[in-house]
Amino acid sequence: MNKARLLLNRTVPAVAGAAAAIMLFAGCGGASVNQSAADPAADGAAACGTVNVAMNAWVGYTANAAVYSYVAKNELGCTVVQKDLNEQISWQGFASGEVDIVIENWGHDDLAKQYITDQKVAVDAGATGNVGYIGWYVAPWMAEKYPDITEWENLNKYASMLATSESGGKGQLLDGDPAFVTNDEALVKNLNLDYKVVFSGSEAALIQSFRTAEQNKTPILGYFYEPQWFLAQVPLKKVNLPAWTEGCDANAEEVACDYPEYKLNKIISKKFADSGSPAAKLAKSFNWTNEDQNAVATDIQGGMMPEEAAKKWVDANEDAVNAWLN
Amino acid sequence: MSVLVRDRATAQPAPFPSPSRTLEPRRRPSRRTILLASAVVVWILGFVFLHGTSTLTLPASELTDLHRSLNQFNVWVAANRADNPVFLYVLTPLRAGVDAVANLFITTFAASSTGLRLPEIGWLGTVGLLGWIALAIGNARVALLTVTILIFFGFQGLFLEATYTFALVVTAVLLTLLVGIPLGVLAGVYGRVAKLITPVLDFMQTLPTFVYLAPLALIFLIGPASAVIATVIYAAPPVIRLTAHGIRGIPENTREASDSLGTTGVQRLLTLQLPMARRTIVMGINQSTMAALSMVTIAALIAAPGLGQVVVRALQSLDVGTAVNAGLSIVLLAIMLDRVTTAASRRAEPGAARNRRVSRRTRYILLGMTLVLALVMVQFSRTMLWAAAFPANLDIGRVIVQAVSSASEWTQANLSLFTVSFREAVTTGILNPFQSLLTETPFYILVAAIALAAYALGGWKLSALTTACLGVIIYLGLWSDSMVTLAATLVATTVVMVLGIVFGVAMGRSARVDQIMRPMLDAGQTMPAFVYLVPFLGLFGATRFTAIIAGIIYAAPVAIKITADGIAAISPTVVEAAVSSGSTPWQVITKVQLPMARQTLALAANQGLIYVLAMVVVGALVGAGGLGYDVVAGFVQSSLFGKGLAAGLAIVFLGILLDRMTQAAAATPARKIPSPKTSTT
Repeated sequence: MNKARLLLNRTVPAVAGAAAAIMLFAGCGGASVNQSAADPAADGAAACGTVNVAMNAWVGYTANAAVYSYVAKNELGCTVVQKDLNEQISWQGFASGEVDIVIENWGHDDLAKQYITDQKVAVDAGATGNVGYIGWYVAPWMAEKYPDITEWENLNKYASMLATSESGGKGQLLDGDPAFVTNDEALVKNLNLDYKVVFSGSEAALIQSFRTAEQNKTPILGYFYEPQWFLAQVPLKKVNLPAWTEGCDANAEEVACDYPEYKLNKIISKKFADSGSPAAKLAKSFNWTNEDQNAVATDIQGGMMPEEAAKKWVDANEDAVNAWLN
Repeated sequence: MSVLVRDRATAQPAPFPSPSRTLEPRRRPSRRTILLASAVVVWILGFVFLHGTSTLTLPASELTDLHRSLNQFNVWVAANRADNPVFLYVLTPLRAGVDAVANLFITTFAASSTGLRLPEIGWLGTVGLLGWIALAIGNARVALLTVTILIFFGFQGLFLEATYTFALVVTAVLLTLLVGIPLGVLAGVYGRVAKLITPVLDFMQTLPTFVYLAPLALIFLIGPASAVIATVIYAAPPVIRLTAHGIRGIPENTREASDSLGTTGVQRLLTLQLPMARRTIVMGINQSTMAALSMVTIAALIAAPGLGQVVVRALQSLDVGTAVNAGLSIVLLAIMLDRVTTAASRRAEPGAARNRRVSRRTRYILLGMTLVLALVMVQFSRTMLWAAAFPANLDIGRVIVQAVSSASEWTQANLSLFTVSFREAVTTGILNPFQSLLTETPFYILVAAIALAAYALGGWKLSALTTACLGVIIYLGLWSDSMVTLAATLVATTVVMVLGIVFGVAMGRSARVDQIMRPMLDAGQTMPAFVYLVPFLGLFGATRFTAIIAGIIYAAPVAIKITADGIAAISPTVVEAAVSSGSTPWQVITKVQLPMARQTLALAANQGLIYVLAMVVVGALVGAGGLGYDVVAGFVQSSLFGKGLAAGLAIVFLGILLDRMTQAAAATPARKIPSPKTSTT
């Protein structure tokens, strides 16, 4: 008797719960708000679907990606997924299907060989229209006070001035994120410079260091690049390294010449390129100037959300956007 | 572990240091002291006379042949992925399987890949369902906590990110248990399996997470699948250890009683061993869950979606506000998971059922009713848009971000003079001289000095082991970088020990201080390391100093706790005897309590070192050089892949060396007690 009652006590709520669950799930079935609300949108965007955009960590890249994403989302009705990844890892994403597009690629011949030529998982989607320069820069006040510092032969003269507590008695050459394209260690060694490369860790840290150096008139020598919104605020001066010639940077450990001029391009995954998606077509036709990128990047840096900054630029440049879409 | 510490401290005979006795050893220093002193002399002389020779420096962009051949692994994987049978039949299906499970949870809680990308269960349903689960396996209090925290994620504007992280943690924990519990049972039942598995677990726990992130991403490609696999590797050791420990801990006579009833091996396992070890196993699940959360955050670097991505982005843009907002979410998620699994482990305690206030019947009725409520919420979240995606207008995340950002800007603007000069003083005054003492002494002198010190501490065996470890590091081509890391590690550990002694003594002497400090220490330990880097990055910039601070924050709680336990364990009669003989509190501390807790202090130093070393790679994200930098660079530059792998191994060998030497120092000269290795997060 007692046992039976206990059994009853246990089973009744369980059965009730299970029944409720079955009823609920049977009731809703596949008709969730996710699908039903999506249906009308799906008609317009049937061919587009989802685009995975890799987000590399510098503001210029963010500007490209923001405008591309904005247009893909609002003009083509695509679903855009942005993934924060560094450069090398992004390329690995072409193979796994995690990444469809890298929208500003700086050279990376080794990766291009591995993923475009050998594995055939990615394709070059043409130039972004931006031209990139990488180099060594000094704060403007230094170029004024020490005019000859912009020639690499004279750098050793200033090594002791540029020494910091991090550089072990040598001059400090401040680099960015370890993931950025850089030959600086090899350059220092092969040009017999009395410098040590110190990594600041990110674009933001580099910019902060240059800004403080200019404000407080403290010496600084660092890795930097164009197009860059920051150069409009603090016009850093580039140091001339031995001129770049074809093939002088073929062996990474023996580089003794300047960085080449980078025709920045877009890389998209093979699958995405072959899918016939309008977003893939947009990726191929996306093209703008360094000024355009700097305009968007400055807005983002000024505190605008990337999407708002993109909207502002797209609204002001409808012709350019229409040219991409047609 | 605190239990073990206490046992050891009380097991010592308690010699009250009378003046005549303490003077005696001072006159004739022991052999050990002479040997240690001569090791130091060899080192200093080597530094002075052979300064700067044979330092085996290898610039960061240069490789050795070993590194180049490791690089080939990268190329080999890429070339063989499509047709090698290992990939075809083992690794690719494994990836697909893990991916399927991960996607199941991601679609359920975070976002589906179709339509509006809404999850199967929207925010309201998630709140209801998870709240109910917390009620069912824990109690009403943790259920309320769960619901509050989940809703708070919505207000922070991070509900989507938090559910992504949650989905990945759930996937990883499920797979961890699938692998870990059977392995733990095997290790618990068969001593031979335990012997085989323990060194592997040791290795897994000393290997910095970054080191296997790069090869894993290479083999399993980036994305949730490799993130989950990396997390399983990191989170499995605690549950394996604790399961085995729980089963081994069952009293012999209980087992014999069961055997005498004629149970078979499987019956014994199911009816006796697993039920009796249940509480320890649930504790293991708790530890593994916490480990999984901290790893899932780091796995953002290989495209794991979720809160980690937000923190990584904030690190890149030095955005303290965003980092704090996301960090707060991670801490809250950690608290939620910790409290719920702890409540579950309490419930699993034998006899817990009898002490409950509500009867079983009321409980079932209550659970049934709340389940219906939860399911109604799920149904709502599937059919109504407001219940599916958290309303964006309730988002106060931006307010938090802006408030924190302006606070941090103010701090940076007003304190930068102080912080920068403090950093410079420490770097030039302590860190640089010490580092050059290590990096500019010829390697053979240092190897000889370390071997001599090892001989003094642990005899020939230890001496051979340390020499072998150093030999491997030289073979890996990373001697100089290892010395840079060693310098930073030792400086950080010294600070950790000072903090450990100061706070540990205060806590050990006063129960009230203990009560105030302990929750803070617990919080420090549950917070994933990634989170607190950003504010310090803002204050001190990307330098070795910042990296050292990160290591100190991570390691100090452990050292403080161990020291406090050791001081508290000293028999009160000894302390009272000292007080009654007229000692001042200072004398009691320095002459009685600290000397008597000597072994505990050595243990604290051991754990402190291991914890600091675990942060070496994370520290490299904020400016540490040496091995940590090599690992990070190998992760992000394919030409440095091999060097990064070698650096990871070098960290492991450095870890083994430091661990064994401090363990030997902790053991009494007369009888060696192996110190327990903790498996805490």
